[in-house]
Amino acid sequence: MKYSQFKAMMAIAKASFRSITRSPSAVVFTLVFPLIFITVFGFLKGGSVTLNVALSSHSDQQNSVYIGLISNPAFSVHHDMDSVEQRTLLLKGKLDAIIDIQKVQLDSSSTYDVNLYTTMASAEKGIIVRSMLEHLIDKSNLSAAKIISPMATLKQQELKGRTYSTIDFILPGQLGFSLLSTGVFGTAFVFFNLRQTLVIKRFFATPIRKPFIVMGEALARMVFAMLGAAFLIALGHYAFGFTLINGLATVAEMLVLSAMGLIVFMGFGFVVSGIAKSESTIPPLANIITLPQFLLSGTFFGVENFPTWLQPICKMLPLTYLNDAMRKVAFEGASLLDLGPQLAVITLWGVIIYAIAVKVFRWE
Amino acid sequence: MLYFCVVQTKPIITVKDLQKSYGDFHAVKGISFEVYNGEIFGLLGPNGAGKTTTLEIIETLREKSGGTVIVDGLNIDSQANDIKQIIGVQLQAAGYYPSLSLTELLELFAGLYNMPINTLEMLSRVGLEDKAKAKFKELSGGQKQRFSIATTLINKPKIIFLDEPTTGLDPQARRNLWDLIREVKAMGTTVVITTHYMDEAEQLCDRVAVMEGGKVIALDTPDTLIDNLVASGFERKKEVKKANLEDVFLSLTGQEWRDE
Repeated sequence: MKYSQFKAMMAIAKASFRSITRSPSAVVFTLVFPLIFITVFGFLKGGSVTLNVALSSHSDQQNSVYIGLISNPAFSVHHDMDSVEQRTLLLKGKLDAIIDIQKVQLDSSSTYDVNLYTTMASAEKGIIVRSMLEHLIDKSNLSAAKIISPMATLKQQELKGRTYSTIDFILPGQLGFSLLSTGVFGTAFVFFNLRQTLVIKRFFATPIRKPFIVMGEALARMVFAMLGAAFLIALGHYAFGFTLINGLATVAEMLVLSAMGLIVFMGFGFVVSGIAKSESTIPPLANIITLPQFLLSGTFFGVENFPTWLQPICKMLPLTYLNDAMRKVAFEGASLLDLGPQLAVITLWGVIIYAIAVKVFRWE
Repeated sequence: MLYFCVVQTKPIITVKDLQKSYGDFHAVKGISFEVYNGEIFGLLGPNGAGKTTTLEIIETLREKSGGTVIVDGLNIDSQANDIKQIIGVQLQAAGYYPSLSLTELLELFAGLYNMPINTLEMLSRVGLEDKAKAKFKELSGGQKQRFSIATTLINKPKIIFLDEPTTGLDPQARRNLWDLIREVKAMGTTVVITTHYMDEAEQLCDRVAVMEGGKVIALDTPDTLIDNLVASGFERKKEVKKANLEDVFLSLTGQEWRDE
């Protein structure tokens, strides 16, 4: 019977997979951390705006502006504060505005003065409060003037689009981070330890060839990471409404991207395992690779939020492109063919990092 | 009688003028020896004598700098992978995936050798059948060595190599391992062993090569080597008693090997 390198490789893959599933750090990095972030951000309310306004204590409450105010769900109207407290909270930006409505008695009829106090501490919301308030006042004025057919009316048509929620942004980023840490830390530790404990040397004494040892180990990590990715996507979709625009096809494309990313990140892991002098130098080296990408690659917030001098660095990192590609696939329904630039950069990183890995990787 | 002798001395390993240098340092300086089929062959010598280097070259784990090595008719230069299939290798202080059970580790090696095995039967051969679910890291020193030997037997090898298998073991565990090694030999497997315990070599080995400074300085049966020394007029300083302290220890604490 001819010796099958494939069988031997699968034996290593199986053993290594068992070993990974029993390693607390692999499970924590691949699943638990991303899960925590996804859960936290999944429960954050996104999209709707809440305007916190306080009504001053002696305001008139028998007028149409006030009624319009409290019946608008965008406003959260607080009545339970005295004027000092209102002022303090407004200055801290915890209140977006204070509204004061005073009835002015004229001879035969009455009008109202609406006083609006806003703050620099919540400038944007102050503007929204102002324009909404103006609208309420206009409406009241029109009806007081008994104008039934106004000169101009606004007719808005909302085109049905997709709701982009926080999870749609966070999940691809967390998936990318999970792949990065399992790729770099996992690979670096495993190959360092296999070398250190002579496991790899014992393998050399069997007929398996070196590349198949590496491929067996890589395959195990790949399967584990893909199962983790599928789990995160499924959880995000069913529990937090993560958008999968083309259903299973989107999942498949995300997994292909995950695999590509993982291969590149494992390359970093090989480099770290090669240059680490001792086990304790692995975490700092691995962190030098993972932490900047964790922060700068659009994991938590878009790259465009960073100052312009930092953006060129952001736009060099492989995780930036993986995150970008993931979001385009999941939310915009882009196919892998549309992602030429992203895939090109990821591939380029792969070529560079494996060229280095081949140079620095040590078998013993 | 003549036929018997021919079978006995048929070489299964032939080493000729083997050299190994690391830069300017010559670890092995042109050694030659033969290992006969079916014997227990000992490589003796102090630390740094070149035992492990020699062993690892024959095991195909290390490149040689010069000379020829033939293992069961296979040349190490061109047929290393064929050699790997007929040998079993136990390394000094080899580890395994720490979180895998012995059964799972044996399955791994069965796959690596493409050799389906009955894991429980293999474990019982080395007296570890009740440790099937235990992890390698949970074993005692002696158990670890016996498990290592089990992994060398998976491919039904013609030769197994044991590198200091009894270093660090207590007397009971050592004796227990000797018994295992004798059993392996009784199955027709050639055993090449390194050690720096002379009592072990005397008890276990059919022939020994003594290495020092990268050279083989003596090669024969333990008996002959001792006889030669005695014939040269050597005398022990102290009268040899009929027992030694190890015999005392074993008779006090019991011969049978125990789980630590």
